[in-house]
Amino acid sequence: MSGTAGPAGAARPARRLRALGLAALGPAALLLLVLVSLGIGRYPVPLADVFSVLSAKVLAPLFGHPVATDPTAATVVWQVRLPRVLGALVVGAGLAAAGATYQGLFRNPLVSPDILGVSAGASLGAVLGIVLSLPVAAIQGLAFVGGLAAVGTVYAVGLAVRRHDPVLTLVLAGVAVGALLGAGIALLKVLADPYNQLPAITFWLLGSLAAVTPGDVAAILPAMLAGLAPLVLLRWRVNLMSLGDEEARALGVETRVVRPVLVTGATLVTAAAVSVTGVIGWIGLIVPHVARLLVGPDFRRLLPASMLLGAGYLTAVDLLARTAAPIEVPLGILTALVGAPFFLWLLATARRGWA
Amino acid sequence: MPLLRCLLALACLYPCLAAARPVTDAAGRRVEVPERVTRVLAAGPPAAVLLYTLAPGKMVGWPRAPSPEERDFLAPELRDLPAYGRLTGRGNTANVEALLALKPDLIVDVGSTGATYASLADRVQAQTGIPYLLLDGRFAATPQTYRTLGALIGADTEAEMLATESERILKAVAEVVAAVPEDKRPRVYYGRGPRGLETGLSGSINTEIVEAAGGRNVAAAEGAGGLAAVSPEQVLAWNPDVIVALDPDFPKTAAADPLWSGLKAVREGRVHAIPTLPFGWVDAPPGVNRLIGLRWLAGLFFPERFPQTLGDAVRDFYRRFYRVDLKPEQLDRLLREAAGPGPAR
Repeated sequence: MSGTAGPAGAARPARRLRALGLAALGPAALLLLVLVSLGIGRYPVPLADVFSVLSAKVLAPLFGHPVATDPTAATVVWQVRLPRVLGALVVGAGLAAAGATYQGLFRNPLVSPDILGVSAGASLGAVLGIVLSLPVAAIQGLAFVGGLAAVGTVYAVGLAVRRHDPVLTLVLAGVAVGALLGAGIALLKVLADPYNQLPAITFWLLGSLAAVTPGDVAAILPAMLAGLAPLVLLRWRVNLMSLGDEEARALGVETRVVRPVLVTGATLVTAAAVSVTGVIGWIGLIVPHVARLLVGPDFRRLLPASMLLGAGYLTAVDLLARTAAPIEVPLGILTALVGAPFFLWLLATARRGWA
Repeated sequence: MPLLRCLLALACLYPCLAAARPVTDAAGRRVEVPERVTRVLAAGPPAAVLLYTLAPGKMVGWPRAPSPEERDFLAPELRDLPAYGRLTGRGNTANVEALLALKPDLIVDVGSTGATYASLADRVQAQTGIPYLLLDGRFAATPQTYRTLGALIGADTEAEMLATESERILKAVAEVVAAVPEDKRPRVYYGRGPRGLETGLSGSINTEIVEAAGGRNVAAAEGAGGLAAVSPEQVLAWNPDVIVALDPDFPKTAAADPLWSGLKAVREGRVHAIPTLPFGWVDAPPGVNRLIGLRWLAGLFFPERFPQTLGDAVRDFYRRFYRVDLKPEQLDRLLREAAGPGPAR
C-alpha cells in the first residue's frame, strides 16, 4: 500500500496522457452536465426559457432591458435547479476531496470521509433537531456542530492515547465513537413521535439535495472553501504522508502539525456537506479510487481529479434522483446502488496497487 | 414437581374463573374476551385515542406520555396516567413485565388488520396471556369500530352515542362531497416533515381523510404507497389549490420563501397548518381524532357549503369525544391554527 506499486515506469506515460485528457475533457463534460441538469426536471421549462431566465438575471442589470419570462419558470431555475446543481457540484467535489485526503492520510483504501465519525455526529445533531421540532436552519446548524464535535472527540482520544500507532488509534476511536453516536441516534428514533418525526428522520438520514436552497449553498460555501484550502495547499505533503509517518518526518514533513490541519480541513468539508444534504455515502470512498485509476496515486493530480469526478458524479446521480420518478429517490440509496457494485467490480478486476 | 403441577392446575382453572366469551376480531382471529372488562391497555396511539374517547375510565395508561401542551387539552383525571410505550408493530417500546404489572384485562390495537399485525397480535397474546383484540382502523370503519369495542368492554351506550355522532360527521361531509363534481374539487398537497417536502401517496393512511373531505391529493396520481419525499420542483409542477402542512410554522415559512410564495395556494392564502392538540386533526396518529379534521378540511375545501362555523363543531367535538370543555383561549388557539395566514397581499 505504500509507494507506487506495479511497474511504475510503464504505467506513467499512459497515466500522464489520461491525466491530460481528463484535464481537458473533464471540465467540458462537467459543464455540459450542468447545462443538462439545469434544463431537465419535473417542472417543464423549455430549454430556451432556461437560458433566457439565466441571462435575464445576469444581463438585465448590465444592459437594462429585462427579458420577460414565466415567473414560475424563473423560480424553478433560480430557486430549485441552480442551487441543487451547485449543491451537487460543491458537495460531490468536497466529499471526494475529503475521501481522497483521508485515504492518503490513513494509507488505507477503505477509508471514507466518515471514518472519524463525522456523518454519525452530524446525523445525531440533525435527529436531535428534528425531535426537538427546531426550524430547518437550526437542524442544519446542529448537524454541522455535531459532525465537528464527533471528530473532535475522536481526535482528542487519539491525542490522549499515546501507546499505539497514532493512525490506528484514530481509526479505532472513530469506529467506537461512531457506534456510540449510532446508539444515540437509535435512542432518539425510539423516543420520536412515530407518526410525524420518525418518517422525517428516516428521510433526512437517507440524504437528498431536494430541499437545498440558495441560502444553504451560501451557508456551506465558506466552510467548504476553508476546508478545501489546506487540502489543496498541502497536497504535496499528503503524498509524503502516504509513505508513512517516519518516512514523512525524515523528508521534513511535520506530521504532528500537518495531520491535524488536514483532518480538520477534510472534516469541515464533510460536516458542511452532510449538514445540508444528509448522509450521502460511497462518494468519498469510490470516487478517489476511480480518480486513482485515471491519473495515478500522485495526490497533486489525484485531488483535482477526485473533485472533478465527485462533482460530476453527484450531479449526475442527483439528476437521476429527481427525474427518474415523481417522488424523490434518496441520494444515499442511489450512490450505494451504483457505488457498491462498482466497488466490488473494482475489487475483483483491478490489478494495480491501491496507493 | 408438586409446585409445578399445582401451577398447571391453576392455569387450567383460570379460564373458568374469569368467564370469557369467544370473539372474532377484525383480522379474523378468535380471541377469548373476559365477561367483565375493567382495565384496557391500548397497544398504540390510535388505539389510545379510541379508548380515551370511548371508555376513559378503563384506560390503564398512555403509549406515550402526553406533552405539557397536550395535557391542557385532556380530561384532568387522565393526564397523569402512566406511560408504558408502544406494543404494536416493529417499534415495540413497551416492556412486557411493566405492562403485566398494569394488570389489563384486554389489549386493544386499532389499525391495519393484515397478516403482519395479526401475527404480532398472536405473539403478544401468547407471551402475555392477555387477550389481544385487533380492530379495523380504516377511517370509514370508525362507527363500526366504536360499536364493536363498546359491546366487548361494556360501554354500549357510550359507543352508540359516539358511533352515531361519527356517522353524522361522515355523512354530512360525504353528502356535500358527493354533490361536488370531480373537477370542482380542490387539488390538495399534504406536506409533512421540517420542510413540508414529504407527502402521502395514493392509498396512504396519512392522506385518507384529505380524499374523504373531497380534496384531490396531488400526489395520488403518482402511484400508490405510503410516505414519500418530493422535490420542490414537483410541488411547483403540481401547483396545488390548497396546502395542509404538519409543521405549525409552515404557512409563515411558505409565504416568505420565494420557492413556495409563487404557488397558487400560497398567493390565495390557502396554506394551513394542521391543529395537533391534543391529537392531530389529519394524521399523527391516524385515529378517530381525524373526525374533526374531516369536518375542518371539508370546510376549507367548500366553505360556502358549510355555513355552520367551525368553532361550534370543534367545541362540540371536544366535549363529546375528548370530554373537555374548551376554554375560550384554547378554542381561539385551535381556530387560529386551523385558519391559516389568510390571502397574501
